Amino acid sequence: MLSRLQFAAATVFHFLFVPLTLGLSVLIACMETAYARTDNPVYKRMAKFWGKLFLINFTLGVVTGITLEFQFGTNWSRYSAYMGDIFGSLLAIEATAAFFLESTMIGVWHFGWEKLSPKAHATIAWLVALASNLSAVWILIANGFMQNPLGFVIRNGRVELADFIAVITNPWAWNEFVHVVAGAFCVATFFIAGISAWHLLRKQHEEFFGKSMRLAVTVGLLASIVVAVQGHLHGNLVAKLQPAKLAAMESHWETTKNAPMYLLQIPDEKGEKNLVQAMPVPGLLSFLAFSDFNAEVKGLKDFAPADRPPVGLTFIAFRVMVGIGTLMPLLMLIGYLKRGKLAAMPTYLKIMIWAMPLPYLGMEAGWTVAEVGRQPWIINGLMRTADAVSPITVGQAGSSLVAMVLLYTLLGAAGAYLMLAAARKGPQDA
Amino acid sequence: MLETTWFLLWGVLWAVYFVLDGFDLGMGTLMPFLAKDEFDKRTIYNAGGPFWDGNEVWLISAGGVTFAAFPLAYATMFSGLYSALFLLLFALIIRGVSYEFRGKVESAGWRSLWDACHVAGSFLPALLLGVAFANLFYGLPLDEQHVNQGGLLDLLNPYGLLGGVLFVSMFCLHGALWLAIRATGDMQTRAAAMAGKLWVATLVLVLAFLAYSFVHTQLFGNYMKSPHLFLILAAAVAGLLASRMYLAAGKYWKAWAGSAVFILCVALFGVVGLFPAILISTLNPAWSLTIANASSSELTLKIMLGVALVFVPIVILYQAWVYKAFSGPIKGEGEMEY
Ligand code: HDD
Ligand code: HEM
Ligand code: HEM
Repeated sequence: MLSRLQFAAATVFHFLFVPLTLGLSVLIACMETAYARTDNPVYKRMAKFWGKLFLINFTLGVVTGITLEFQFGTNWSRYSAYMGDIFGSLLAIEATAAFFLESTMIGVWHFGWEKLSPKAHATIAWLVALASNLSAVWILIANGFMQNPLGFVIRNGRVELADFIAVITNPWAWNEFVHVVAGAFCVATFFIAGISAWHLLRKQHEEFFGKSMRLAVTVGLLASIVVAVQGHLHGNLVAKLQPAKLAAMESHWETTKNAPMYLLQIPDEKGEKNLVQAMPVPGLLSFLAFSDFNAEVKGLKDFAPADRPPVGLTFIAFRVMVGIGTLMPLLMLIGYLKRGKLAAMPTYLKIMIWAMPLPYLGMEAGWTVAEVGRQPWIINGLMRTADAVSPITVGQAGSSLVAMVLLYTLLGAAGAYLMLAAARKGPQDA
Repeated sequence: MLETTWFLLWGVLWAVYFVLDGFDLGMGTLMPFLAKDEFDKRTIYNAGGPFWDGNEVWLISAGGVTFAAFPLAYATMFSGLYSALFLLLFALIIRGVSYEFRGKVESAGWRSLWDACHVAGSFLPALLLGVAFANLFYGLPLDEQHVNQGGLLDLLNPYGLLGGVLFVSMFCLHGALWLAIRATGDMQTRAAAMAGKLWVATLVLVLAFLAYSFVHTQLFGNYMKSPHLFLILAAAVAGLLASRMYLAAGKYWKAWAGSAVFILCVALFGVVGLFPAILISTLNPAWSLTIANASSSELTLKIMLGVALVFVPIVILYQAWVYKAFSGPIKGEGEMEY
């Protein structure tokens, strides 16, 4: 249990930094390309200003990632021994194919402003962006295998690779990839929009932040639509392949055809029912899950209690994610339609400052749905989480958990403070 | 054959990691002794600045390859060395962050906080890696289920500690030489003088370590069986001697290359001595993890070999380019980012 908590804490922290890296790296590369093309120095200042914030975030992403790489060995040794044949190779490929490129090029990017031509520097920025997103591909293929194992055989008492192509073309993984990367762009665009809004409200650097804001709302609108639409398709896959998770997401107890969706619902896990369920929309759940109003949706009672995921947490996390997923495109749509006049809309700007944490919350909620909803399995249908942990003592797991949470909280707070300070200071003359 | 190839690749990845991260860990450890003022300190941060992250990926890859090729060894090694590994990771975390955070606030207290993190975060990994690898060379008390019966304190036996001190000394030498390449003026002179002293210390320590290994461990078994393997040790000695000669001649790049060869061969010496075991059980040889009982399936090994053969050379090419482009002497503010 402590191992689980510790792993959860480590991933949650890591994933506070990951999405901004994924999204912002691409946006910065775009700014630099614009600079290389037009020679307009405002684009260089943009790349440098957002790049400074990016670097602080990136460093935290890297150091929290290194812990994760080894945590499978430290905390999930039985899992690693069972799954290493496939999981380990995917992580190793991620490191050789993506992390090397990303980490080497970030050094060049950081130290190369004087040494490289604008074109060469923009190329480096694209390499960083490419490598970051490539790393997401590989890790999500690994996670996709845990969600939907494919292309393996059980031999020698462990999972062994049988079909590499099947592993890397796992539809689950690619669904996750699109969903996560689009979500990452939401994080990055809301980040840019929020900080730009703060400066625009104060009428500082108006050209600079006006341009940044336009970029943010344009890309952000696209990304938030993709997240929502593709999230729905992702849900269809869940309905097909992990019916217990779907039932927990919807707190759906009895197997029914033409299942309704309740707009108001409060689950009662012990009593195996919902305390409150009101305002049904007939057949909507069946339709959303299977595109057919009459489809049968399995209820939680069809699964032995030992095979059910924690309902409350999955249910709430799913509501949070979808709520945010509905709100975000609306906010971005308003921004996009009025993109020329945003500087004169103080209310909107204020809302956008406060909206910055929304996509972060959506990301963490999304992972909670995916990971907690998969319980009690660590590899869906193959291995239970309880069988996966390391034979370490409670003292070891507990002290490292406390130390890690303390350290990460301090570093995270320091990082947030530095980013805030740099963001407030605004762009420097480059 | 496939397993043997992977065993060697595994050893090479760790060895390259020691060579590359070795110098920036060494520089960080030496900072209190070499840096007189703020400019000197910043020189040290910037001398490692463009590289530390790319260097650390060799550690990630070494870990990843352990996981991919020998999952059982990965599981045993990192859960067995749980506390030591977490200490190592935390140290690397505060060190990594110190690069980026230190210069961002204009306050002496803030800077000295991160300087302390940087020094501790450089010294501890060097020490811990040495302790851990010396213990691996000797073996761990693994039971029948490959569970390590020892604790953190058991690692701190005399042989382990000697390994730790050797690593610290090697890395510091390597770091001082790097600083001699990248610093200018007074700082460069001091770094070179420090390297001279560290060279003597490293020589003494490595001889002591080899002698201790000879009586205490099985490492020399393979060498006695196939004496041409002693070439590895010969190369290590040659590297060490070359580094002294070039240091005296003021050719710092070549001296650094010499100490790189030395570190590489010292690490390989131990790895080759282990073969075919990866983790030796000191309780019962039958409970050891070897390339035969710890490796992945043949298909995985083949695919991973393909991946490694394609990507590792590419990585080496672009990292070499980066080293070439960013390793000139740091002349002033204009070339400092931290
Ligand atoms: C969808 C994306 C994603 C996900 C799910 C994860 N990561 Fe991550 N990781 C990244 C996306 C990423 C990144 C964008 O590539 C990072 C984040 C910030 C950064 O600097 O690079 C990174 C950095 C990063 C690093 C440092 C790499 C370096 O030095 O450049 C390691 C070792 C890991 N991660 C390992 C993991 C492990 C073992 C995970 C599984 C639990 C994991 N990450 C989940
Ligand atoms: C990076 C974003 C991620 C977040 C925020 C996240 C979140 C979580 C959370 C909250 C748990 C705890 C669930 C529980 O204890 O009930 C968990 C468990 C777990 N996750 Fe993830 N996860 C992430 C990514 C991944 C990835 C990419 C993998 C694998 C490649 C992964 C593998 C696991 C494993 C092995 C567990 C242990 C099972 C458990 O504790 O229940 N996670 N994760
Ligand atoms: C209407 C909107 C949305 C729908 C219908 C939706 C749907 C889903 C579904 C069904 C899953 C579960 C996949 C699984 O179990 O593995 C999921 C996971 C996830 N969601 Fe969403 N989502 C929406 C919005 C968002 C938003 C706004 C964000 C963040 C900005 C987000 C981030 C995530 C993440 C990070 C995961 C976990 C990774 C994965 O499994 O893909 N989602 N989403």
